[in-house]
Amino acid sequence: MMALSDHLIMAPILIPFFAGALMLLYDDRRRRAKLVISLAAALAMLAVSFELLNRVKGTGPSGGTEIGFYLLGNWAVPYGIVLVIDRLSAMMLVLTGLLAVPAILYSGAGWHRQGQHFQSMFQFLLMGLNGAFLTGDLFNLFVFFEVLLAASYGLLLHGSGQFRVRAGLHYIAINLAASLLFLIGVSLIYGVTGTLNMAHLATLIPGLQDADRPLVHAAIAVLALAFLVKAGVWPLSFWLPTAYMAASAPVAAMFAIMTKVGVYTILRLSMLLFGSEAGASAGFGAWVLVGGGMATLAYGMLGVLASQGLGRMAAHLVLVSSGTVLAVTGFALAGAGPGVLSGALYYLVSSTLATSALFLLIEPMSREEGGIAAMLALTADAYGLDPSDEDDEAEVGFAIPGTLTVLGLSFGICLLVLAGMPPLSGFLGKLAMLASILGAGALPPAVAWGFVALLVLSGLATMIGLVRIGIQTFWASDGVSPRVLALEVAPVLVLVAMMVLLTVKAQETIRYTSATAQALHDRSVYVEGVLSAPRVGVVEGGQ
Amino acid sequence: MEAVLSIAIGILAASGIWLLLRPRTFQVIVGLCLLSYAVNLFIFSMGRLYLGAPPIMPKGGFVNPVAFADPVPQALILTAIVISFATTALFLVVMLASRGLTGTDHVDGKERDQ
Repeated sequence: MMALSDHLIMAPILIPFFAGALMLLYDDRRRRAKLVISLAAALAMLAVSFELLNRVKGTGPSGGTEIGFYLLGNWAVPYGIVLVIDRLSAMMLVLTGLLAVPAILYSGAGWHRQGQHFQSMFQFLLMGLNGAFLTGDLFNLFVFFEVLLAASYGLLLHGSGQFRVRAGLHYIAINLAASLLFLIGVSLIYGVTGTLNMAHLATLIPGLQDADRPLVHAAIAVLALAFLVKAGVWPLSFWLPTAYMAASAPVAAMFAIMTKVGVYTILRLSMLLFGSEAGASAGFGAWVLVGGGMATLAYGMLGVLASQGLGRMAAHLVLVSSGTVLAVTGFALAGAGPGVLSGALYYLVSSTLATSALFLLIEPMSREEGGIAAMLALTADAYGLDPSDEDDEAEVGFAIPGTLTVLGLSFGICLLVLAGMPPLSGFLGKLAMLASILGAGALPPAVAWGFVALLVLSGLATMIGLVRIGIQTFWASDGVSPRVLALEVAPVLVLVAMMVLLTVKAQETIRYTSATAQALHDRSVYVEGVLSAPRVGVVEGGQ
Repeated sequence: MEAVLSIAIGILAASGIWLLLRPRTFQVIVGLCLLSYAVNLFIFSMGRLYLGAPPIMPKGGFVNPVAFADPVPQALILTAIVISFATTALFLVVMLASRGLTGTDHVDGKERDQ
């Protein structure tokens, strides 16, 4: 029999699923009840994620990597679908939870009344995200991708309006096309190798026949194209700024992790399938990732400088962050060592938190008269600010005094993290990446220095862009404080506190990410662990 | 049989891509439908082509796997069909909303300047 705690791996998928389904039964006017259910579900999910995180850290003095499994339907591994939790998945689960709680809180300030079934769709989005992070099977990954995409279509359109519908039209079209590419890649892999299990696939790749190898490479390239669209890599990213700008604030804050799903999948699959043990396939696609990542970084940087409004700027900052991590994935695949990847994972967490906070700050910052509001008039319909909506908000929460100070401080902390200035977490992440890139002998110096230059320049561009907006909002304003609800500021403060905590606890976090990077480089733990996952109630060898 | 199927998939995919790149929403959605048919046929062909072979094996006893079709791609198609059908329906609703809000069926919500 399985202990109850063994079923915990399923919980991050089941909790949002049942919460979302339950809320469908409620009438849409009972928003407070829905908000409470949604928040409780997200908090429960976060608690489970932390418990799983503690579990994968292992208890040994070596800080070893424990991997958890869950065999769905109790089928033996290469045949059935398996859920796997390792250090990387656990980290992404926790990050999802950390973003979800503030976003749900923020929606309570008024966004959830702008359309129907907001909280249910939000929970289904969480279910898709968690499923994508947990699954160890390619087709199951497709299903969870579709779950999260279907929910994201609804959430992007939440609040309606012409701008959102137009952005949604483009977003849905490009994602449907990407899903079809995903299916082509998956079925081609199945046709050649006969498996969809990631770990099983990893063991098959070194021994492929010469005639089959190009086919598998082509299949994985097509598959990667679908993930690169989600990650927003340069030539495939033109849909992203408009879609993120059009999304309502809590949705955009949650979308900050949607690009990271693409990045996560590419990181997971490329390290698993094309790591150093992959024989003739080792390092496949590494330089495509490096080139694409650096192009994305450059494009995002130029976009930040060219943006007039904070919304477009934040969307380009998402591109900068995913470009950086993609390029580093390429470097790690090319043999730069785990140090670079460790820094990139730390950077991923801190930059995702910061962009999410920035998306939540847009609306309160642009609410006042003059200042940024005038500049944003061009794209005002992006935020769906409905004057009639603010009158009845008083019942939800109280306006807090000194808002400009609080908003300014939060904005400043986001700025420091995103630009990578000391003393906050963005600096530590970038420093770790830069130090290990320059220390890695395996890379051509020209490429390594090019990446270093781009990373530093993108920090500078981020600072220029955000400082410009900050000055216009906080210094050049006419002194009239905007009316901001506590429910809108609290989530931002939660995210900011998280960033500060990440800085204070940097040693523990970097120890965790470096062990994660180590585990990603040494794939045998994952592969052998998954392939020998025991079935419940079946005696081994007694078939 | 292989040649006929490949040509069919090729024609469907090519027409789908051409329509997907057209500026009218109706053309885009028909293009996506054609593309998804092509992809579904492609998944089916990845299980190899069999004539008159059932995908479900009898329980117990000796089973000759050569006499049976691969059931996995067929199960995958079933999932893919359901998902693409649902998302296409959702897309259709968004298109109708866009048509209602903008008064045009251009994908950018406005006609290109003449």
